[in-house]
Amino acid sequence: MNRLSWVVIVWMIAVFAFLYAPIVSVVVYSFNDSKLVTVWGGFTLDRWYIALWNDRQIIDAAKLSLLIAAISSTLATILGIIAGYVLVRFPKFLGRTAFSGMVNAPLVMPEVITGLSMLLLFIMLQPVIGGRGLMTVVIAHVTFTLSYIAVVMRSRFLTLDLSLEEAAQDLGAKPLKVFFVITLPIVLPAIVSGWLLGFTISLDDLVITAFTNGPGTTTLPQVVFSKVRLGLDPKINALATIIIGIVSIGVVFAIIHMRSAERRRQMDEQMAIRAIAAQT
Amino acid sequence: MASSDIATRASRLPASGWLETLLVSLGIRGRTLVIAIPFLWLLLFFFVPFLIVLWVSTSFVVIAQPPYTHIQDGTFTLNLGESFGRLFHDSLYYKAYLNSLVVALVSTIVCLVIGYPMAYGMARCSHSTRNILLMLIILPFWTSFLIRVYAWIGLLKNNGLINEFLIWLNVIDTPINMMNTNFAVYVGIVYSYLPFMILPLYANLEKMDISLLEAATDLGCKPIKAFFLITVPLSFPGIVAGSMLVFIPAVGEYVIPELLGGPSSLMIGRVLVNEFFSNRDWPTASAVAVAILLALVVPLMIYQKYQDKELEKES
Repeated sequence: MNRLSWVVIVWMIAVFAFLYAPIVSVVVYSFNDSKLVTVWGGFTLDRWYIALWNDRQIIDAAKLSLLIAAISSTLATILGIIAGYVLVRFPKFLGRTAFSGMVNAPLVMPEVITGLSMLLLFIMLQPVIGGRGLMTVVIAHVTFTLSYIAVVMRSRFLTLDLSLEEAAQDLGAKPLKVFFVITLPIVLPAIVSGWLLGFTISLDDLVITAFTNGPGTTTLPQVVFSKVRLGLDPKINALATIIIGIVSIGVVFAIIHMRSAERRRQMDEQMAIRAIAAQT
Repeated sequence: MASSDIATRASRLPASGWLETLLVSLGIRGRTLVIAIPFLWLLLFFFVPFLIVLWVSTSFVVIAQPPYTHIQDGTFTLNLGESFGRLFHDSLYYKAYLNSLVVALVSTIVCLVIGYPMAYGMARCSHSTRNILLMLIILPFWTSFLIRVYAWIGLLKNNGLINEFLIWLNVIDTPINMMNTNFAVYVGIVYSYLPFMILPLYANLEKMDISLLEAATDLGCKPIKAFFLITVPLSFPGIVAGSMLVFIPAVGEYVIPELLGGPSSLMIGRVLVNEFFSNRDWPTASAVAVAILLALVVPLMIYQKYQDKELEKES
């Protein structure tokens, strides 16, 4: 392997600086003891965090957003597992191209278009489903997060070793049992990361929610957006810092877990090899 | 193992079970049922809504609930001229439309120029370093998009961090006006979509066979020449995938021009939202959506083709 030229290394450092400078600045200014977000007025640990905690509007919206994200991501994970499974295991059926198109397109479709089209559907369905509210937002979130989860599941099913399922079948397990007892537990880590991805995307969505929600369902991104439009607000910095903190801790845990799982797998393999060697 | 192999092997697994027997006797095979669940969901909530958009784009504005109708003078009429005609005749619409395409195209090129060396460098790092760098690229994606855009307001403002820093360095005397300009929109879009460019490029470059470059060097090819003759052409699928992932959503971007751009940085996504929410002109908003989709049909097809190829290739 040829060594990287210093130009590429400097370039990479610069790109990471570009990616992280805004995030770092938000975190730093959440500890700024001044109402003016970009003027440093001394260090405060908790001023904006207490203000954030006392802002009912933000806290209520956050609770609602977490609820919507949990419901949507769970439903989307169920549908996403099936969709990913279908894409890998059933290469030929009527409408497969249309199906794979409908799975992939929401990933790139401009949100204003998805939002507008869903709203028009919900208005047409109004006699059946009633007015807009929690349910319409959940349906919209399920529909566009399901694609992300399907893509995660698809790549997991592609690399799945079939011999375990075949062995279970040979031993007399019925197809549904094989799927729930063998297949699902193996792909569980992918399901968890798919669910987390869906949860994060749902939690963060602004545009599609703005189209599909009703008067009583104002989500966190909508509150943030309306506050940001009026100017910078140190409370938003505090909120951002909390989100960034949770995500970073989650990622560190994921890395540690992945490493230990990898080590366990290697140990299992070595033990298996030793066992085989002892037998022969 | 190609996906078709998996499917053939999977289809050889014996099928049995009372549930399946029951469904088969009803004329429904388990397979059909499994496909039908996500298929019908997407059909109803993703595809059918587009047909409704098309339908509403051909209606008349009325003051009613919902504010559109196809009944004109007591008879059913398709109104093709009004909403679509407005897109061609009113300069607000076609300027915003063209501006969005230009902004999306330029942002895609900038993302490619910044992202390519990045992905290249990552793919040439050692295995453990690679995974950490990959994590660092993905990490911002997990934090809120809205908050990352918000962060740029603090950096780009007249009394923001960049201007303060440049004044402190004595590079400038008076702040440069960056907020509420096209420049800020470009910064926001490039910043938000850069990971979408880097990830497919990295996935592609990581799989590249290094021995090809070694062979070229052995035959006397200079590294720079080898890069442009071998690495770049081989990474073409990654370039296409990354570009589509940036270009398509960027065309309809609403949040970034709304928060960072000024009144002059008019993008079509903003026009759509304004028509819909402020003017309550649903036919025109729908016509705008149809126009955006028309511009995106070809990029969407290229993207879909790439996704199918990846599915075939992956193992």
